[in-house]
Amino acid sequence: MIFAEWKPLDELIDKLKSHNKLLLAGCATCVAECAAGGEKEVETLAPLLRMALKKHGCSIEIVTCTIEKQCEWEFVEELAEKAEEVDAIMSIACGIGTQALAERYDPIPVYPGVNTSALTIREEDGLWVARCAACGDCVLGETFGYCPIARCAKSLLNGPCGGTRKNGKCELDEDVDCIWNLIVERADERGQLESLSQMKKTKDWSNSRHGGPKRVIREDLR
Amino acid sequence: MKTPVGSNLESILAGDHFAVTAEVGPPRGPDPAEVIKKAEILRGVADAYNVTDNQTAVVRMSSIAASKVLLQQGLEPVMQIVCRDRNRIAIQSDLLGAWALGMRNVLCLSGDHQSAGGGGKLKGHPCAKNVYDIDSIQLISIVKGLGDDAVQDGGDSISPAAPFFIGAAWTPLGPPEKFRTIRLAKKIDAGADFIQTQAVYDIKHFAEAVRRAEDMGLTDRAAILPGIIVPRSVGMLKYMNANVPGIEVPDDMIKRMKDAAEPKAEGIKITLELIEAVKNLSGIKGVHLQAIEAEELLPDVIKAAGLLPRPEIE
Repeated sequence: MIFAEWKPLDELIDKLKSHNKLLLAGCATCVAECAAGGEKEVETLAPLLRMALKKHGCSIEIVTCTIEKQCEWEFVEELAEKAEEVDAIMSIACGIGTQALAERYDPIPVYPGVNTSALTIREEDGLWVARCAACGDCVLGETFGYCPIARCAKSLLNGPCGGTRKNGKCELDEDVDCIWNLIVERADERGQLESLSQMKKTKDWSNSRHGGPKRVIREDLR
Repeated sequence: MKTPVGSNLESILAGDHFAVTAEVGPPRGPDPAEVIKKAEILRGVADAYNVTDNQTAVVRMSSIAASKVLLQQGLEPVMQIVCRDRNRIAIQSDLLGAWALGMRNVLCLSGDHQSAGGGGKLKGHPCAKNVYDIDSIQLISIVKGLGDDAVQDGGDSISPAAPFFIGAAWTPLGPPEKFRTIRLAKKIDAGADFIQTQAVYDIKHFAEAVRRAEDMGLTDRAAILPGIIVPRSVGMLKYMNANVPGIEVPDDMIKRMKDAAEPKAEGIKITLELIEAVKNLSGIKGVHLQAIEAEELLPDVIKAAGLLPRPEIE
């Protein structure tokens, strides 16, 4: 899922204090899964904002609404009625949802209430970890199902750097596995260590952000 | 056989001399006098001098500039290049520039992640955007391409070729240990001519790793120079053992340092024993000596190890 987390309240207050009525908009998909932008979080954040704004001497009214997906236009439309009454929107969906609202409800200013930071899986309750970096040139078929782009701090393609700890963790964080240690272990278990001995050539990053903003046309669907 | 690139280190190794390299960390400021001061201390004690590239992700004088200062002082640099800060365009451009300035040795590294921030002693730039467009092994192959084939990574040709004597690092005792020899082989296959290792204290364990490399024929294809960091206190040994991945310090060495009345002298004794031990290992072609922030110790250490004067190669 797309992972996001709340911005610091102070940063949000700073954006909101000049407004009179705010629509706080949630999204029931990814950000609900990662407990940052679903209905529950909208209803938790709204009173926090009210209190904090009041403390700053701002009397701003906050209405709330959570839609199924902020990244699909037909759902975005569901906010139309509420949007008419407000002079600002704060989206706590990912950056995609926030931009969809900004486009649909222009000229109402739309502020992000969260920072979108990764493509993750929920590994256990309250723990999300990165799994994909949307690099546009998937290598999982050669790395035994572990992504070294998203999960190695240096996105190394040819094995671990010198920073693998004795216990197989990454030198940057004692709680994070050195993904190359896991790749090598799995290759070894399958008797295929040899498959990692060929140099992986320089990567083609052009199918990701590095090739310019992504735009895909599928003629078969037009 | 590779056409010689004209580096002193290369000639020393080709002449079957036991090579000595040392390290010159560039200053955290723009004053070339800082580099010259270190050059004065270390002149004549090593065959080539590693110039680090913003190690521990702390901004220092660039390795190209500091290498040039060394060269002007008559010391041969091993210019280090890390993949953290530059993409393949910038790195290749810098390689051409370095060649133009007279550099002939490069050491290809992944580089410390920017969150290293000087090991916590300095602020560093933990909020920086890293690059890691290529990794250290791909970098080796790119350097080889510029030299052997006069061609850039993208396929465009250069003229003339820019041949370098290519170095790489090896962390033989880091996990997954089984893969570390394979990774060494990948570096040598990619074009590494010489290998400088992570600091060695556990000779027995290191010897096993070298034997595995030898069994794969790797020690004949690249010159392996074990790293030795002169220990100065028991705290330093303990710190490295606990916190620097790939460094293993045997318990008896820690105890020996702890019991020593004069730890500095004991550290030098240990260093001399380590040099002697690696000299006697089959497949080892030299040493890479470091005395972090105490370069002044190296001339006496190298002399006491019987490694002076350094051979003069015409």
